[in-house]
Amino acid sequence: MKLAVASGKGGTGKTLVAVNLAVVLSSEWETTLIDCDVEAPNAHLFLRPTLVERDVVSKRVPRIDEARCTECGACAEACEFHALAFVGGRALIFEELCHGCGRCGLVCPNDAIRETDHPLGEIERGQAGAIAFAHGRLRIGESMASPIIGELKRSAPESEWVVLDAPPGTACPVISALHDVDAVLLVTEPTPFGLHDLRAAVGVARELDLPAGVVINRDGFRDNDVERYCAEEGLPVLLRIPFDRRIAEAGADVRLLIDVRPEWKEPFAGLAASVKGLVR
Amino acid sequence: MKICVTSSGQTWAAAANPSFGRAPYFLVVDVETESIDPVKNDPGVHGAGVQAAQTAADRGVAVVVTGSVGPNAFQGLAAAGIEVYIGATGTVREAFDAYRAGKLSRATAPTGSPHRGGRR
Repeated sequence: MKLAVASGKGGTGKTLVAVNLAVVLSSEWETTLIDCDVEAPNAHLFLRPTLVERDVVSKRVPRIDEARCTECGACAEACEFHALAFVGGRALIFEELCHGCGRCGLVCPNDAIRETDHPLGEIERGQAGAIAFAHGRLRIGESMASPIIGELKRSAPESEWVVLDAPPGTACPVISALHDVDAVLLVTEPTPFGLHDLRAAVGVARELDLPAGVVINRDGFRDNDVERYCAEEGLPVLLRIPFDRRIAEAGADVRLLIDVRPEWKEPFAGLAASVKGLVR
Repeated sequence: MKICVTSSGQTWAAAANPSFGRAPYFLVVDVETESIDPVKNDPGVHGAGVQAAQTAADRGVAVVVTGSVGPNAFQGLAAAGIEVYIGATGTVREAFDAYRAGKLSRATAPTGSPHRGGRR
């Protein structure tokens, strides 16, 4: 079972759900947790893994062999991402815009394009108790998270349960995290902002044809609009985590909720069972 | 000499557009005759600044008059030898006149953030 924990809105409790669920699962199943939020990874703070492997993730960017280049401009014209411009009689390369697709090299009639590695970030793998753990980190100044997430997913160990802590939002990094999972948990909060971004996240889940369930965090904080929306849309609410100062304190102390309040083990075990029900 | 004023429309009376990369139109003005040639700027999802700089360079303009210019666009324009004047407001006519009167400042570095105008 490959399960993504996503949200739309940031700060709704994805990591809270992902790490507590992973620890509960790991008492019974082989479990891998992948922190796909490579712009701000934080699952390691709660799981404190021992990291033993480290890889650099790069993309391939063009270099122009000036001796071969005839300044025809075909490369700049072919680039879908405008990572190449042809001005003042020479090609300019904007590496941060390059998606590493290689099209410029294919269209160059003079074989004047070479490719070199442009490092985007690092991934690390290790063990957190019984959990196989992996996370990545996008380098400062880089904007392309998807290749790192893709490599994280490719290189993580197979196991009975894989829990992916997805990045916030609904853009490319989220798609990279969600594509090819079996189900998605959408963590939200009962606020207008939480509801707004839940709608967007539900749109993504439907576009990707993924079974989805909702976790309402900070339940009771504000209103019932999220509950109403879920009922209207036929989205099952699989867990409600109340708006409770003691839960916030566990997070602030960087401690697992199930350690601070062991009575939460059972609801998370129930959540795992509900997720299985989603894909049946 | 031709200059490019970023614009929301195709006429002198159209509003000057504060964005370079994502302005809907570039009004290419022949300074000697004051004839205008509206060029549709068609920014895609990615790399609008670079694409806009390419468009301006392909049209052979010597000067861009706009509100603000991001780092990629600035680099592209600089490589093409195009001067950038920022702070354009009002109509295209007013922005053009302000440039002619020397009231706009020349940008020697990018003045906006990347991705300012659009979504990633």
